[in-house]
Amino acid sequence: MLPSPDELKRALEQLLPGVSLTLEGTVLFVGPKDLAAVCRCLKEQERFGLDYLANLTAVDYPTEHLPAAPEASTSGAAQAGRMDVVYHLYSMAQKHGPVILKVKLPRANPVVASVTPIWRGAEFQEREVYDLYGVTFEGHPDLRRILMWDGFQGHPMRKDYVPEDQDA
Amino acid sequence: MITPHAISAELLEVSLGPQHPSTHGVFRMNATLDGETIVKLKPVMGYLHRNHEQIGEHATYIASFPFTDRLDYFCAMSNNLGLALAIEKLGGIPVSERGEYLRVIMAELTRLVNHTAVTGFLLNDMGAFGTPLLYAFREREKILDLFEEASGSRMMCNYIRPGGVRQDVPPGWLDRARELVRGYPAFLDEFERLLTENEIIRQRAQQVGVLPKELAVSASITGPMLRASGVNYDIRKVDGYSLYPRFKFKVPLGTVGDVYDRYYVRILEMRESVKILEQALKEINDASPSISPKGLALVKAPRTFRPPKGEAYGRIEAPKGELGFYLVSDGTPQPYRYHIRAPSFINLTVLEDLCLNHKVADVIIILGSVDIVMGEVDR
Repeated sequence: MLPSPDELKRALEQLLPGVSLTLEGTVLFVGPKDLAAVCRCLKEQERFGLDYLANLTAVDYPTEHLPAAPEASTSGAAQAGRMDVVYHLYSMAQKHGPVILKVKLPRANPVVASVTPIWRGAEFQEREVYDLYGVTFEGHPDLRRILMWDGFQGHPMRKDYVPEDQDA
Repeated sequence: MITPHAISAELLEVSLGPQHPSTHGVFRMNATLDGETIVKLKPVMGYLHRNHEQIGEHATYIASFPFTDRLDYFCAMSNNLGLALAIEKLGGIPVSERGEYLRVIMAELTRLVNHTAVTGFLLNDMGAFGTPLLYAFREREKILDLFEEASGSRMMCNYIRPGGVRQDVPPGWLDRARELVRGYPAFLDEFERLLTENEIIRQRAQQVGVLPKELAVSASITGPMLRASGVNYDIRKVDGYSLYPRFKFKVPLGTVGDVYDRYYVRILEMRESVKILEQALKEINDASPSISPKGLALVKAPRTFRPPKGEAYGRIEAPKGELGFYLVSDGTPQPYRYHIRAPSFINLTVLEDLCLNHKVADVIIILGSVDIVMGEVDR
């Protein structure tokens, strides 16, 4: 059985001392620096066994849309808005899940470690997030646009994206 | 005499598609060939990209249903069901029992449509032009007739709603569905007599495009493609959504994970779908309403539906694999974030791995066995 989000957080803090984790509801927020270590641990530790990355996507929060979080943690980043990358993890072997991970990134320069070396299934999904949201995944083997064409400027899923044919 | 080593062959780059019938829509593969052998293959997509997700973020929750029909346009009912499940999870909407039965019936009929058609197309890709595909389409037509009667449209059904289904099926529909389901095993027998033991198909498909178990799991492969590699993971069983825990059915598994296994797993899945349909059509109760009062309110006045702030990830076992909808609500009538986890998009991750060291002709059938629909890949 999968431990509850609360137990999961405590177990991870024990296994990876100094890791930055915050629990909000059922979502586990991971510090961007710790993402790769946390993911590797969740996949490789027998009791979690999260071998299947079901879904990877991003949510854009420009300043005006920021959810009113009482503990506005990283004050500098909150000014310019933030970009969340979301991971839904399941276990195919043990048939449990999901564990929902999120990383908060500064919207102006979102960079996070790629999880493609851990789960191959992230390869196209990270390319899609890079393409549509402009998040850079460090360590991705082949980070190119996937849905838009190569010369395209901008990231069409960002909330402040202005479509070209607006007056049509 | 010239030995093979004496020839210094240059690598040749070939662009397969996007305008080619074997690429199942506007899909392109940039293949690098050493003679006839694939040494590198990069999928190129996006020709059908219309930023479906952004359209969804500007529309109300209900208004997205007709758009989901156009994702995997063979399986409109499953797409509707995936979105309905996510909305129900987000808004805490109960589903009426008759609605659940009708959903299961529609979802399994959709699986029959998809697997029948994709098998026909696969045979087309193998060079059996026309005949198996026509057999498949003959049966598909009968199911589409049922969809048309129930929803008003053959392919763009737009039928399933949060809380149940949009409207009840017309009188006599269930009997016609029962009749179709009764006749389906005979068609599958006929189809299998043509194909399963066929020497040419075995030679073309066995040991071609083998997907190892570990890679399949790591690469987030789902659906028949995953199960053909021997991984027992069916979301109908794992999540037990809708009424699936009530029905008895097996999860067919392959052993090798080649093109042939992917073909045969689909045939076996259709036989299990027939079993589910038989049970559902037997049990369905004629008395209860098809939509829950809360769902009905949502359908009648979609503009007033504002789910509480929060997020939900709803997923179903669509014919092609895990179809997931990720919704984030900020309390307004439109979703703040609307994301689709498209199975055939992610199943393409391993296309290059499957094709390496095979011949060009094998690429075509490997792609056919992956089962993609560009409406869903490109979104």
